[in-house]
Amino acid sequence: MTTRLFGEPVQRREDLRLITGQGRYLDDLGHDALAAAFVRSPHAHARIRDIDVSAALDVDGLVAIYTWEDLPERVRDPLPLLIPHPALTHGRTAYPLARELVRHVGEPVVMVVARDRYLAEDAAALIEVDYEILKPVVGIEEAAQGAHLVHQDVPGNLGAHLVQEVPSAAGRGAREAVEAAPHVLSFRLDFERSASTPLEGRGVYARWDADDRSLRVYSSTQTSTSVRMAIAAKLGLPLPSVEVIAPDVGGGFGVKIVHPWPEEVLVPWAAMLLRREVKWAEDRREHFVSSAHERGQVQHVRVGFDDEGHVLGLEVTILHDHGAYTPYGIIVPIITSTQLLGPYRIGAYRVEFSSIYTNTVQVTPYRGAGRPQGVFCMERTMDRIAAHLGMDRAAVRAANFIQPGDFPYDQGLVFQDGRPLIYDSGDYPESLRMLKELIGWDGFPAMKAEAAARGRRLGIGLGCYVEGTGVGPYEGGHVQVTSDGRVHVSTGLTSQGQGHETVFAQIAATELGVPMSSVSVVTGDTRRFGYAVGTFASRAAVMSGNAIALACRKVRDKALRIAAEALEADPRDLEIEDGVVRVVGAPGASLPLATVAVLSNPLRYAFDEEAARATQFAGQAPMDRPPVEEGEEPGLEGRDYYSPVRSTFASGMHAAIVETDPDTAEIRILRYAVVHDCGKLINPMIVEGQIHGGVAQGVGGALYERMVYDGHGQLLNASFMDFLMPYATEVPAIETAHLETPSPLNPLGIKGAGEAGVIPVSAVIASAIEDAEGLSVDRMPISPSELYELRRSAGR
Amino acid sequence: MGEALHEIALTVNGVVRRARVPARRLLSDCLRHDLGLTGTHVGCEHGVCGCCTVLMDGAPARSCLTFAVTADGHEITTVEGLAGPDGALSPVQRAFSECHALQCGFCTPGFLCTVTALLRETPAPTDEQVVEGISGNLCRCTGYQNIVKAVHRAAELIADEDGTPAAAGGEA
Amino acid sequence: MKPPPFDYHAPTDLGETLEVLAGAGAHAKVLAGGQSLIPLLNMRLASPSHLVDINRVAELDTIVVRGGGVRVGALARHAAVERSEAAARALPLLRAALRQVAHPVIRNRGTVVGSLVHADPSAELPAVLTVLEGSVRLARHGGGEREVPASEFFVGPLESALRPGELAVSAFFPALPPRAGSAFCEVARRHGDYAVAGAAAVVVLDDDQRIASARVACVSAGPVPVLLDLSEVCARRPAASADWAAVAAAVRDRVDPEGDIHATADYRRHLTGVLAERALRVAAQEAAGEGTGESADG
Repeated sequence: MTTRLFGEPVQRREDLRLITGQGRYLDDLGHDALAAAFVRSPHAHARIRDIDVSAALDVDGLVAIYTWEDLPERVRDPLPLLIPHPALTHGRTAYPLARELVRHVGEPVVMVVARDRYLAEDAAALIEVDYEILKPVVGIEEAAQGAHLVHQDVPGNLGAHLVQEVPSAAGRGAREAVEAAPHVLSFRLDFERSASTPLEGRGVYARWDADDRSLRVYSSTQTSTSVRMAIAAKLGLPLPSVEVIAPDVGGGFGVKIVHPWPEEVLVPWAAMLLRREVKWAEDRREHFVSSAHERGQVQHVRVGFDDEGHVLGLEVTILHDHGAYTPYGIIVPIITSTQLLGPYRIGAYRVEFSSIYTNTVQVTPYRGAGRPQGVFCMERTMDRIAAHLGMDRAAVRAANFIQPGDFPYDQGLVFQDGRPLIYDSGDYPESLRMLKELIGWDGFPAMKAEAAARGRRLGIGLGCYVEGTGVGPYEGGHVQVTSDGRVHVSTGLTSQGQGHETVFAQIAATELGVPMSSVSVVTGDTRRFGYAVGTFASRAAVMSGNAIALACRKVRDKALRIAAEALEADPRDLEIEDGVVRVVGAPGASLPLATVAVLSNPLRYAFDEEAARATQFAGQAPMDRPPVEEGEEPGLEGRDYYSPVRSTFASGMHAAIVETDPDTAEIRILRYAVVHDCGKLINPMIVEGQIHGGVAQGVGGALYERMVYDGHGQLLNASFMDFLMPYATEVPAIETAHLETPSPLNPLGIKGAGEAGVIPVSAVIASAIEDAEGLSVDRMPISPSELYELRRSAGR
Repeated sequence: MGEALHEIALTVNGVVRRARVPARRLLSDCLRHDLGLTGTHVGCEHGVCGCCTVLMDGAPARSCLTFAVTADGHEITTVEGLAGPDGALSPVQRAFSECHALQCGFCTPGFLCTVTALLRETPAPTDEQVVEGISGNLCRCTGYQNIVKAVHRAAELIADEDGTPAAAGGEA
Repeated sequence: MKPPPFDYHAPTDLGETLEVLAGAGAHAKVLAGGQSLIPLLNMRLASPSHLVDINRVAELDTIVVRGGGVRVGALARHAAVERSEAAARALPLLRAALRQVAHPVIRNRGTVVGSLVHADPSAELPAVLTVLEGSVRLARHGGGEREVPASEFFVGPLESALRPGELAVSAFFPALPPRAGSAFCEVARRHGDYAVAGAAAVVVLDDDQRIASARVACVSAGPVPVLLDLSEVCARRPAASADWAAVAAAVRDRVDPEGDIHATADYRRHLTGVLAERALRVAAQEAAGEGTGESADG
């Protein structure tokens, strides 16, 4: 009854508090805290000549105003470069408050603390900053020319340059392979900026206890453990004196993995200095200009192929816009350039990227993290090959697939974790077969012709991807069974709505043989688990899920050992079901797990009847051995870590049917189909929800969302009025089918699912619009206005 | 010099609540920070996202686009007031959980309030009416599909509770 | 994003409202639904020193439908007007346009007169008032009232003829003459967004079912709603044989929209032509009593 919870669409245990208004998000905490607000740069590039705070000093309720000059050692230093890489020769990060120069609109310049946020904003509005405006660097190609510089000591605005090359089996380089191919195409592709835009912005709330010199910080973060280490280091506090908790988090999608944000350092620092609780809850406008964006790239492609559509050589050159700073290194372009290969076996491959500074908001991973751009590149390439050869688009893909017998398949590249890009498992031909059936690929031409006869314009498109998920280095799990029979599970990584409390409880209940109702799960609280990496890269279920399973197995082994002794049975004859240890085939001989927990902890003091069983005169313990035997620990608990040798590779294929209006150029998605393979499903309901949400973000990225900067570096659409996040009216119904190809790399056979939905959507929609219109779609997103202009430039 | 404060009395979830607020205090902040009802969330403060939607005299309204002083004397229902007095979840709440219509849960209170009013007015909505009805609320997690499903499911649950067959649409 | 401080006034009748407005001078703003004003305040793009909240002035919460048209008081919410069967019967165009105004939740609070005073050329209602040749009634303390025709009321983007100290107390939407039809068409990026382009159309037929008058007010086509009289282009032909392509071309010739981040000027011009043509065709059908093909109520 209780043991087969793994794989079931179990309802979420998070829901009850969230549907009754009892969730606790960052700004729901700290009722009496002082509020922080920031004066942020209105200019993309400027030198600060003077900051005059005098007018603000009269604001009622003002507590403090800080500029960079006011910050002490360490706090005033540039923020850390989180992911160094040898190719990132010119990595640069921001100061927590601008020092002399500002490099994008929104960069924090002055911090204001006041009784409430209204007053803090009043004071901020009265602070006058005198700027000398410098030439802004905007536009990736303009920036790459290097006529003006974002950082004076970074020539050409070039932060990083990386080449990876995989020769063909015959040892031919990509360039040579392309030259020698029967057919060669070259073209340019563009992908515009978007952003995670969770509905809850960032936020930090700090409580300093001056009496015991301890700091508790709540942050709306995807990594509480690492925020903790950063804060301890910046503030010079011993690590054990700092605790960081991620409360309920209102969405992350990547942006909240970046840390420490300036505010994550400044708010705790101010709380210590002022000996008052301080809170900062980011508002929507701040989020647009002071968090992070992603996606912007220009790609140049050269591909050589044969008459059957086999890709013999592929050369891709990428210009990646990483904004003003590089705190997260070059993870995004690394992922683009490696995951671009998708489910395909490519003859020879060469990829080169230049990561470029511009006077815009910094670029860090957003759900998909460089993959949407890579998949766009590869899938547009497949469509071009099909068009050139007059072949069916699905057939060209099939011709290039890695086959089920080819795994493990080494793509010969170095992935984002610094490890070889080796696919562990997959079944791409079956995936494609399922997708074609789901969308009705073969019947579409008839449908299209019939619609055309009635003046309607339909098109179909498809796209395939492979996603490296569950990257290391590790996650851990701790499982404790207490003497009341309750199971307490904790893991260090954080949750932003993925249902971790539910799926980790499913795993623990299944592994331990206890009812789910006796399992509680805590994530992202360093008081409970101090070692973790974070939630990103579709890794939580794979990493923490497996770690928790391993920890449960330790606990189970220990429980069976203790119970075996008590029941005078062989541990191998025992099973745990519904929270009770039984001797298989002997229904009378059993011991509740609660009692096992009591026995696991030899006691001197009894605090209740049950505990009395474990005290020294209860007469249970053998007298010839110490109460806690060598190599053992008191308590029925276990801790374990999962650290994979490399990532596990999920995959999927999407298809869409779109309709374009011949007159208004409006674009409507009529059907959207997904075939998804993330190995074994822990909770299919939750996986499906992740896919829906990902696709919706993909639709946003394909048709609606972009960050529009003008030549002065002003973000013109920094509001939900003009950044067009889709409503229910814009997102199509999504049809899904699952394929389960287990991962051989981890005990549970699972792969990550969090990001998948978003990855191929732009490629799919571009393919479908191209099919409907007979025009080539080279840049995404595409609006009706842009489709109209495309038609015009094609002379229609 | 402090700002002038205004005495207001709101009936929130059936209980008269008093507060002294500056005129510029947004209803969303008053509910959250003066009255401690933090279930109403704030996602944009310019009226686009719908996270802050509450029922004002029974009709959904953006609490970030309403001053607390304007709401003086009015009845407000927040997400905290949707369950019955005994804590029994409302059909809309149950349906959202059953259909996995929430992930991070930040937008959920706004949806729950909006949908509660929608189903009062349109007890058996078509797909189109559901989508139109929730069209002013943003969700970044779910892709809306399960929310639409939950609205239909809630309509069923309400009809079952009332003992009346769902008016339009099909019935078993 | 918190509003700046202001002095707050909450009058309970019209006289008091006008008095307060007169005393508050040029830096006063009237708060009705607040659905356009409060975002501006929250972003601190506006900082009036006085805010006059008319939500307690019950006498302004009126919708009066008479033979001549619909008069909407300053406190009538979009939703109330949208739901008014009498208003919909008298002026189907009003309901058709209201359904395109933002989202239902916004329409619960936002007011029709507030939308007009906000004078956004991308909004629906200014175009409706313009094509119907309606008017806005402005009142001031001690100074009586003036009725300003739509053609003079909309002065520029977000700029109306309202003067400091004045309150827009109502708006009048004249009913259509016999043998007339109307329609509203728009394209928005997302459902509920301000229109990229749109057209409110009124067509009047003569006794022989030929088009006697064809007018559109175009949305997002200029600094104010752009009213075009296309009667001549329709050349007194029946709807079925009118040269609609010429009509669309004439519309494109006569509008001069601007480009922005959502659409190029050329696309807007093109789209305005498409939508004006569509709206006029539907209006002509309705005038001919052929129904609109659009389901009446949903």
